Amino acid sequence: MKILVCISNVPDTTSKINFTGDNKEFDKNGVQFVINPWDEYALTRAIELKEAKGGSVTVLNVGEADAEPNIRKALAIGADDAIRVNAHPKDAYFVAQQITAIAKEGGYDMILMGKESIDYNGFQVHNMVGEMMGIPSVTPAFKLDMVDDSTARLEREIEGGKEVVEVKLPFVASAQQPMCEPRIPNMRGIMTARTKPLKVVEPAGAEAKSEYVHYSKPEKKSGVKMIDAENAGEVIKLLRNEAKVL
Amino acid sequence: MSVLVFVEGLNGEIKKSSLEAATYGSQVAQAMGTSATAVAIGDVNEAALAKLGEQGISKVLYDSDDRLKQFVADAYVKVIAKAAQQESAKVLVFSNSNIGAAVGSKLAVRLNGSLATNVTELPKMDGGNFIVTRGVFSGKAFADVNLTSDVKIIAVKKNSTDIVSNAGNTATVEKLSADLADADFAAAPKETVMQDTSSGVLLQEAEIVVSGGRGMKGPENWHLIEELAKELGAATACSKPVSDIGWRPHHEHVGQTGITVSPNLYIAAGISGAIQHLAGVNSSKVIVVINKDPEAPFFKAADYGIVGDALEVLPKLIEAAKALDK
Ligand SMILES: Cc1cc2nc3c(=O)[nH]c(=O)nc-3n(C[C@H](O)[C@H](O)[C@H](O)COP(=O)(O)OP(=O)(O)OC[C@H]3O[C@@H](n4cnc5c(N)ncnc54)[C@H](O)[C@@H]3O)c2cc1C
Ligand SMILES: Cc1cc2nc3c(=O)[nH]c(=O)nc-3n(C[C@H](O)[C@H](O)[C@H](O)COP(=O)(O)OP(=O)(O)OC[C@H]3O[C@@H](n4cnc5c(N)ncnc54)[C@H](O)[C@@H]3O)c2cc1C
Repeated sequence: MKILVCISNVPDTTSKINFTGDNKEFDKNGVQFVINPWDEYALTRAIELKEAKGGSVTVLNVGEADAEPNIRKALAIGADDAIRVNAHPKDAYFVAQQITAIAKEGGYDMILMGKESIDYNGFQVHNMVGEMMGIPSVTPAFKLDMVDDSTARLEREIEGGKEVVEVKLPFVASAQQPMCEPRIPNMRGIMTARTKPLKVVEPAGAEAKSEYVHYSKPEKKSGVKMIDAENAGEVIKLLRNEAKVL
Repeated sequence: MSVLVFVEGLNGEIKKSSLEAATYGSQVAQAMGTSATAVAIGDVNEAALAKLGEQGISKVLYDSDDRLKQFVADAYVKVIAKAAQQESAKVLVFSNSNIGAAVGSKLAVRLNGSLATNVTELPKMDGGNFIVTRGVFSGKAFADVNLTSDVKIIAVKKNSTDIVSNAGNTATVEKLSADLADADFAAAPKETVMQDTSSGVLLQEAEIVVSGGRGMKGPENWHLIEELAKELGAATACSKPVSDIGWRPHHEHVGQTGITVSPNLYIAAGISGAIQHLAGVNSSKVIVVINKDPEAPFFKAADYGIVGDALEVLPKLIEAAKALDK
């Protein structure tokens, strides 16, 4: 089984988010980048399936060279090889087109992604890729197993419930917990990752369909009003009469 | 040229998030000097459809194909694409739900349109620009995005639009048939299982959420969370470790790697307020924090705070909530 796992390079969850250039650009200064947390579920599940069924796991990132440490980390966790499409990812549509181009060429059985990137929070690339390729996209999935060599069984979350879906290979799915327990690299993984192939390819011709023109931050809260624990019930009255949310 | 709104049903009624999308779509239509049409699919009563006039929808297209009662992306996309073509829709509005965002993403490809998900405000239209504001960096920022394609697709963040209800206004309801083939249902779910939400309120749609963390000490104390939720008509939620240890089901876990909620009121008991937890709840309008540690980081993000033992404080809140006239 050939599995493609798409990983996004995102600011660490604890990062302070700032903008530069008249609030027109995200300030990468002092920001630590990590593999998008949801993509770690996709990666680990892909490796587990490979270990059980044989095959290979290729990781793919659309991004600039600064993403390579995290691509290497994915190799250290257990992917076999990696591809980086050397481009500034302008928007989701652009990224989806790049992934589609690679996926079509590689003939993968399964294309796994994370549910959503924690930077641009699009929740869209997987469905776009499914549509571009004309194959099913099952998102967000929290369970993925093979029924037989050509069929997978997934459970996906819907508001207020879940759906059980069976699809033929190839398909796209996005992962969320509790699909698996994400792995962290061990020493041996880190050593072998150095020599695993990381191919850099130039982007396919593609256009973006949106322009990010300005960023802003939410207004700060005016401060917390403390209520004495003895009279904790007071807060209910304040919520009705002052905050007017009850 | 018109605005097309996709409306989802649940148990026959139109979802609250879809009423928000209908309001949003009508307001966009008004600003563009055109009308708003809704396309409804799935588990919704025809009687509920005409009432969409209250949100400013003038016409509702309804596909009553029984197979559409459960979500099948390909079939839904086909129906909405047909409606979009029939109405020459230039703006398509969805709720940013698992269904809405999925269908919106596929339509962006099929209609060659620009898509913005997680949108929090009405578009600004001037000088040929069409700029929407969307939440980015997991609640830590907003971005203004210009949608440059001819067709614009917007998925509106839940609980960011105040629903307009002009009583008495009705929409005309017309049948729509997209001539669906069996092939459109090839990826239909084998099974759909709805959760037994203890409070009966869907977390993603809830206006009030009562949430517990590790400070609740154990599942045996969760009746306090549930009771308060019941009194307030709230949904229940929890922090990640709580669902990891199995005190609560995973579908209740909110935060960076869980569900994002933006209710009017979020009450957190025994939750420290780690940045990854805040990422899922920081756009709540009002936050109440109960924690025995006065230094807990959550207090910095709170509007109201109570320092104390949650197991003693919650009963007081339940008592006060019972005393409210509803
Ligand atoms: C103005 C702007 C500036 C940006 N600058 C940078 C930058 O400097 N560096 C950078 O790395 N990215 C940058 N990005 C790209 C961003 O990280 C995303 O790749 C892209 O915008 C899609 O985000 P999304 O939230 O819509 O993805 P979602 O639809 O939420 O992502 C779903 C899944 O798709 C996959 N995926 C998403 N993006 C990629 C990717 N790039 N490569 C492989 N798989 C992916 C992942 O599995 C992810 O979990 C920028 C985006 C914008 C709009
Ligand atoms: C990549 C990543 C993603 C993550 N995603 C999420 C996520 O989506 N959601 C999430 O919630 N977490 C997430 N986390 C975990 C997060 O960092 C915290 O560990 C977690 O939120 C802590 O949960 P907690 O507040 O319930 O527990 P704790 O941190 O243990 O806090 C318990 C709190 O309860 C208080 N307390 C104790 N006893 C009482 C009492 N009797 N009465 C009142 N208060 C009491 C304590 O003072 C403390 O503040 C993530 C972490 C990482 C690294």
